[in-house]
Amino acid sequence: MLQEESDLSLIIAQIVQKLKGSNLYSQLERQAWASLQRPEIKLESLKEDIKEFFKISGWEKKLQNAVYSELSVFPLPSHPAAPPEHLKEPLVYMRKAQGSWEKRILKSLNSMCTELSIPLARKRPVGEQKELLNKWNEMGTDEPDLSLFRPVYAPKDFLEVLINLRNPNYENGDSLSFRTHLGLIQVPLKVKDIPELKECFVELGLNIGQLGIDDSTQVPPELFENEHVRIGQKVLAEQDSAAAQQYIRQGSPTALRAELWALILNISSQPEDVLYYEQLKTNVIQHDLLVDSLIYKDVKLTASNDDYYFVFEDYLYQVLLCFSRDTSVLSHFAYNSASPPKSYIRGKLGLEEYAVFYPPNGVIPFHGFSMYVAPLCFLYHEPSKLYQIFREMYVRFFFRLHSISSHPSGIVSLCLLFETLLQTYLPQLFYHLREIGAQPLRISFKWMVRAFSGYLATDQLLLLWDRILGYNSLEILAVLAAAVFAFRAVNLMEVTSLAAAEAVLADLSTLKVMPLLQIFLFATVT
Amino acid sequence: MSVQTIRNVFSVETGYRLSDDQIVNHFPNHYELTRKDLMVKNIKRYRKELEKEGSPLAEKDENGKYLYLDFVPVTYMLPADYNLFVEEFRKSPSSTWIMKPCGKAQGKGIFLINKLSQIKKWSRDSKTSSFVSQSNKEAYVISLYINNPLLIGGRKFDLRLYVLVSTYRPLRCYMYKLGFCRFCTVKYTPSTSELDNMFVHLTNVAIQKHGEDYNHIHGGKWTVSNLRLYLESTRGKEVTSKLFDEIHWIIVQSLKAVAPVMNNDKHCFECYGYDIIIDDKLKPWLIEVNASPSLTSSTANDRILKYNLINDTLNIAVPNGEIPDCKWNKSPPKEVLGNYEILFDEELAQGDGADRELRSRQGQSLGPRAGRSRDSGRAVLTTWK
Repeated sequence: MLQEESDLSLIIAQIVQKLKGSNLYSQLERQAWASLQRPEIKLESLKEDIKEFFKISGWEKKLQNAVYSELSVFPLPSHPAAPPEHLKEPLVYMRKAQGSWEKRILKSLNSMCTELSIPLARKRPVGEQKELLNKWNEMGTDEPDLSLFRPVYAPKDFLEVLINLRNPNYENGDSLSFRTHLGLIQVPLKVKDIPELKECFVELGLNIGQLGIDDSTQVPPELFENEHVRIGQKVLAEQDSAAAQQYIRQGSPTALRAELWALILNISSQPEDVLYYEQLKTNVIQHDLLVDSLIYKDVKLTASNDDYYFVFEDYLYQVLLCFSRDTSVLSHFAYNSASPPKSYIRGKLGLEEYAVFYPPNGVIPFHGFSMYVAPLCFLYHEPSKLYQIFREMYVRFFFRLHSISSHPSGIVSLCLLFETLLQTYLPQLFYHLREIGAQPLRISFKWMVRAFSGYLATDQLLLLWDRILGYNSLEILAVLAAAVFAFRAVNLMEVTSLAAAEAVLADLSTLKVMPLLQIFLFATVT
Repeated sequence: MSVQTIRNVFSVETGYRLSDDQIVNHFPNHYELTRKDLMVKNIKRYRKELEKEGSPLAEKDENGKYLYLDFVPVTYMLPADYNLFVEEFRKSPSSTWIMKPCGKAQGKGIFLINKLSQIKKWSRDSKTSSFVSQSNKEAYVISLYINNPLLIGGRKFDLRLYVLVSTYRPLRCYMYKLGFCRFCTVKYTPSTSELDNMFVHLTNVAIQKHGEDYNHIHGGKWTVSNLRLYLESTRGKEVTSKLFDEIHWIIVQSLKAVAPVMNNDKHCFECYGYDIIIDDKLKPWLIEVNASPSLTSSTANDRILKYNLINDTLNIAVPNGEIPDCKWNKSPPKEVLGNYEILFDEELAQGDGADRELRSRQGQSLGPRAGRSRDSGRAVLTTWK
């Protein structure tokens, strides 16, 4: 009991510390000073009166939302004397693996740099700056020569690294035994099984209404949809983040989705935020970074060719170029097992005073990175809001999909969860695929790394991402991947090669996500 | 059959008679709807008729604009209405107008003007050759250009919707659920310097596919369901539903307008390609109707769509895949509709007077998803008012 209390007070202290530096704090202070003018505030009961005022005027709600938002990324309670690396990632071997992976990426980036003799960063001449400013809204038409650029890495390279992860404290033995894993991932992390998942995702159950199932044309809207929409509007009126998060577990009506996501992510477009975005835009105009070309190349290779997202090509550049210059993103590395790559001013290699983070936000884009942003363009068409939403989604969720960590929502756990689910509930299928050299993870990895963006139809993808926000976890990606395999099991049992298996699973655009999840979790006979 | 062949088949000279087991895919005088000038003429006539009858559909607002029937941009025939046009042009001299040849397709011969001098040629003709019958080839229509189209991703787009008409009297028409949006490859700008750039203004694939940035994988096309998702997410459900309701409305009204003059030959059915543009106030405008919508495909998805379109069209027009008898009552069973949904069925609409009230209330809650709600013709007014 005492331990819990001291843990709690530690957490409270840390959150207060964090929030003290934020905009909300200064706003609350201002509001408090202004409220002194009000007649109901009396000197004798100053504290209570101001608190009451905050409650009535909705400021308490805003504070609540901010605290809730901090809690959602707060690292799991740990020993107060734990060093900061432990907050990033408690397991040493994982940290080491992430470190060596980062070295590899940086080496690849630097070698591309020297090969093409392009500086990592350079200041744009004034003429070029003007030109870029004019073309800001249609950067898609500017086609620089990108043929020599290659993406720094692709998901399958990352998969190879994960496959080779080993826990040095875990003795597997050389021969196959019940302790070796049948799948590709060989690290012993704890993952949930179906009974635990059922408990976790209880709102997806068969007897609970869902958007994505109970709003189809055959179902009269009075049964579920109308009421659900009404509740959604009420939640928005209350502006309560926690309630919104609970609500969205049953899916979000399309008309309310943009606002609901903003509420859950605690994004409100203040003038300061718009100003910040403009500042980032200025940075883009003034300096050219090597990663810009990587971003260009990625967008051209992925989103521009996509049936749903090609329309928003220009928005993608506007968001991603600004994102790579945003140093506020660096703060998420406190709980991300990754660390931002460092680079040195020319000629001062190794001297710490001349080290800078490169790119300024510490995130090196890989092949398919722009697909994280693309679906958001369906919801937000105002660039600074789109930018804020994407940035928040990244520092809450997406970063876990490409860094090595033991977090339950980290990609390693997701892979293991996927494989375990398949082995436990579809053993025949798993065995068959393994025998023909088509390890299931090789096919589903790319789906999970991209959070299914670009593989599902957009409306289905948004329903899936609703649940990611609602449950504050990415585990649903692994469950969906397993559900897809279960759905196509009959066809998969007949294939005889990896290529054929890929072909069976090549087109997911007709799948309906929610029925698949519901059936897999709640209606499969085990 | 192509349009030329149809002209021959139905022309008085050849004396060709279609037998009972022959069905053709065009109405003899489809040009009443599909030629730009005749379509506008018929719609104007229809509006005047409704006004004379005192029908509530023809209600006007304080500025004299029709409340429910203003869905075609202001259009004049040239050279016939040249003087009327000049009067209108002088009222708003900064407006842009679009010149379209009456009988051409695929964006051929279209250009934009913003000065009277650019079309002096048509005024000279009207003065000097008022007694000489104009050859069809030189006839043009000039319409007010919609220079505030709804932009997505900064680009202009239009909607291509397929509508199948199996008979005009009673009117029975079906709308294909899988229409698509055609995007321009270049960002839209109303600036006068780009008036000549057809890649900015014309959405025809025949034109866009020659652009530098044309992409062969997606072909610059979006499905209508994507458009719906985007609009519902960014603008809200009510205005989106209202927009789609209005689109259905204008299609039905345009067909009703030509129904009286259409030769309702029982051997005929026709699948039209409707081109609709949405402006930034979410008002749809009917641009034109095509009798022979392009059935070639520019992308893989396109090919699947057009294949299904032809399949479903023939399933409705020729029941059961048997040798047809043109005397059948043209009421296909629900199962063969495929991706079509009933847009308007005059027989059904007139048949249930008592049910109409109930139907319209249902129409409101189920919305445009349940195509059957369109059957109640008059009653649907209540949802639009």
